[in-house]
Amino acid sequence: MSEQTRPLLEMRGVSKSFPGVKALDRVDLQVYPGEVLALVGENGAGKSTLMKILSGVHRMDEGEIYLEGKAVSLPDPLSSQKAGISIIYQELNTLNNLSIAENIFIGREPIAKNGLVDRQRQHREARALLDEVKLPLDTQTLTGKLSTAQKQMVEVAKALSFNAKLIIMDEPTSSLTNAETRTLFDIVRRLKARGVAIVFITHRMVEIFQIADRVAVLRDGQMAATMHARDTTEADIISAMVGREIGDLYVKEVAPLGEVALEVQGLSTKNRLHDVSFYVRSGEILGFAGLVGAGRSEVMRAVFGIDPRQSGTILVRGKKAAIRKTGDALRYGIGFVPEDRKEQALILDMTVKKNMSLAALDRVSRGWFIDRLRESRLAEKFVSLLRVRTPSLEQRVKNLSGGNQQKVVIAKWMANEPLILILDEPTRGIDVGAKKEIHKLMSDLARQGVAIVLVSSELPEVIGMSDRIVVMHEGRVKGSFDRRGVTQEEIMQMAVS
Amino acid sequence: MNPQDKKTNLSLWYRNSSAASTLTILLILLLMSTALAIAAPAFLKASNLLSTARNFSAIAVAGIGVSVVILTGNIDISIGSIYGLAGVSVAMLMKSGWSLVPAVAAGMAVGGLCGLANGLLVVYLRLPSYIATLGMMQIVRGVCYILTQGYPVSGMADSFKWIGQGELMGVPLPIYFMVLFALVFAVFRNRTKTGRRIFALGGNEEATRISGVNTKALKILCFVLAGVCAAFAGVINASKVGVAQPTAGNGFEMDAIASVIIGGSSMGGGVGTVTGTLIGAAIMGVLRNALVLLSVESYWQTLVMGVVIISAVTIDQLRKARR
Ligand SMILES: Nc1ncnc2c1ncn2[C@@H]1O[C@H](COP(=O)(O)OP(=O)(O)OP(=O)(O)O)[C@@H](O)[C@H]1O
Ligand SMILES: [Mg+2]
Repeated sequence: MSEQTRPLLEMRGVSKSFPGVKALDRVDLQVYPGEVLALVGENGAGKSTLMKILSGVHRMDEGEIYLEGKAVSLPDPLSSQKAGISIIYQELNTLNNLSIAENIFIGREPIAKNGLVDRQRQHREARALLDEVKLPLDTQTLTGKLSTAQKQMVEVAKALSFNAKLIIMDEPTSSLTNAETRTLFDIVRRLKARGVAIVFITHRMVEIFQIADRVAVLRDGQMAATMHARDTTEADIISAMVGREIGDLYVKEVAPLGEVALEVQGLSTKNRLHDVSFYVRSGEILGFAGLVGAGRSEVMRAVFGIDPRQSGTILVRGKKAAIRKTGDALRYGIGFVPEDRKEQALILDMTVKKNMSLAALDRVSRGWFIDRLRESRLAEKFVSLLRVRTPSLEQRVKNLSGGNQQKVVIAKWMANEPLILILDEPTRGIDVGAKKEIHKLMSDLARQGVAIVLVSSELPEVIGMSDRIVVMHEGRVKGSFDRRGVTQEEIMQMAVS
Repeated sequence: MNPQDKKTNLSLWYRNSSAASTLTILLILLLMSTALAIAAPAFLKASNLLSTARNFSAIAVAGIGVSVVILTGNIDISIGSIYGLAGVSVAMLMKSGWSLVPAVAAGMAVGGLCGLANGLLVVYLRLPSYIATLGMMQIVRGVCYILTQGYPVSGMADSFKWIGQGELMGVPLPIYFMVLFALVFAVFRNRTKTGRRIFALGGNEEATRISGVNTKALKILCFVLAGVCAAFAGVINASKVGVAQPTAGNGFEMDAIASVIIGGSSMGGGVGTVTGTLIGAAIMGVLRNALVLLSVESYWQTLVMGVVIISAVTIDQLRKARR
């Protein structure tokens, strides 16, 4: 991976505009065989766009692309695959009504002599791939039944199956826990040893130093810097990204604790949760840690009235709350940022403004009628508060970058001014600067007396932000910690046994 | 706002907004009308224009109703039967001595009940709406035949004809009703909370539910509205003809649905406007009129309708397709 070897991929002067946005401005990029290149930058900097040009989803307005020294054009995803490029998109693309094996081999199923799909071979090859990504699931399982992290690993398996020369991973770790991230990194190292080049997009600084050889920083659509990971520091990278120092990521001020705002007693669901109990006071941030699949999201969904409960009581401010559907939860002043923004939170074809007001329509209406001025003001307020990068309030949410979409989800639930706010992976895919802003907002909300439940796969975030931490394992509460003094190791030990 | 922003908003608007889609089909309507005016100058006579408008108002009213169901990503093909049953019900009630207003109200209630049945089948039995309303289409049509024993209902008081044949200031009443329905539904869809939630439901049902919306009740409401509108359309038609036929509205659901689709609504839900549906109905009406004025054989009319549906939707797709 020294500069003497010829680059596998070279992009020269690549530009791309969308209506109202210059997403990429004369970007140059080289990727060498057998190297891991971390591509970083703020939300909306153009990372995904640059990679989608390589995968044939977007066409560049100008620029040139060379693969192994030869100029190539990549007008569509198929030609990009043929050229040896494989990509894992930021927004998962699994088809929920197909099995894992079918998802991996869609469009290129192995064909038997009789002209039909060779199911056995497909199954065998899928099995081998799943073993490689350490996913102990039946290849016939419907993908719709998998958790977000499991779907992510299926996408990784799929990317491996192409035997590509260049694999692009757009924020693959944003929905993975530490253990799964480690598995992924093992895979990356093996690929690297085989001479495969990997472009790795992430917002987690630690990962850069764990896995990357070089770092390329995009800023406002321009290539701001490229550096060797071993000669650089986190602070250098961040300042190249945002042009300023940002300091401590976790800004949790002490807030006075009030009465118990939400208490859950003996919650069980059909076959996932067993006797889950916890409480959170107003002004308090209660963290939930555990492995993916431990049942944290299921608890939150059941409390919010999305999934049916088999038994258990929910008390809001000391009184029994009858929450049967989501509307009931809203009336009790509960808000919920779900873990999957694309499927559970956003109306992708609607505008930024309409998404932000959807859960708070009562607040911007007079009687039956929406007051459009108040609606716009609400949206404007949150666009500037959360620094959502969008050309206008009328932009459709599907055209925003992943991190900016996540900000819209958070705005949507803050707009409703809940007294109890449940956050399931709220900072997934959000850049460091914005992450700090959101942590600060959480801390502010707590100080104003909001009770916050925070589910996060990032242990430093849970430890940094929570007053207390509940650890879950296989659908049960294993125990809890006080924030002060607890280490990642202690939590992990409880979470795995 | 600086000029750069304005340009941005304009191009965003052109690709994203439903208004741009409406404008595109309005252009198609104007082109068609101009061509027709040249080929058959009689088209422009006020009496012809008014009768054309009167003739498509029933399609428009039913289309406006079913467009709400289409907005949720569902479909209602029982509206033709509901249209028939409403005409028959109102005629029979008036024959038995009811006066006009209560009879029409009862007819619309019948339509609402049919819609309620559709909604319950879709929401609680989880039938695909296509199947549920296919069944209801037959059931409701069956009720028409049973009630009338297959004979047309006639001999109502003269007031029966008022809705379909009456005029106000020289303009046929159905046109007023069409405009009234359009205004009410446009306001409902674009300005009310419920309307906004219907759009959201059509865009992403799960996310809408997690936003605290009772999506089941909302879906049922949409089917009820479609039923009520189809019923009123059926009353307009029966009153215009002066006789209520138990077979009235056979195939009418396709005209109404076509006007919605030509009008730029997406069958997948979440996209569409009332104005678009109105223009869609007008395109169908002008086309019918053209085929009559140019004395095209009626067998050809159906074929041409099909071609127009496909072309109008294709043109709109072309506008949106750009990477
Ligand atoms: N299809 C599109 N239509 C219009 N604008 C787009 C589209 N895709 C991306 N953009 C805009 O281009 C810019 C760059 O987006 P991109 O998705 O590449 O950002 P990113 O660096 O991947 O951010 P993130 O870290 O949030 O994923 C953003 O301002 C975004 O709003
Ligand atoms: Mg991105």
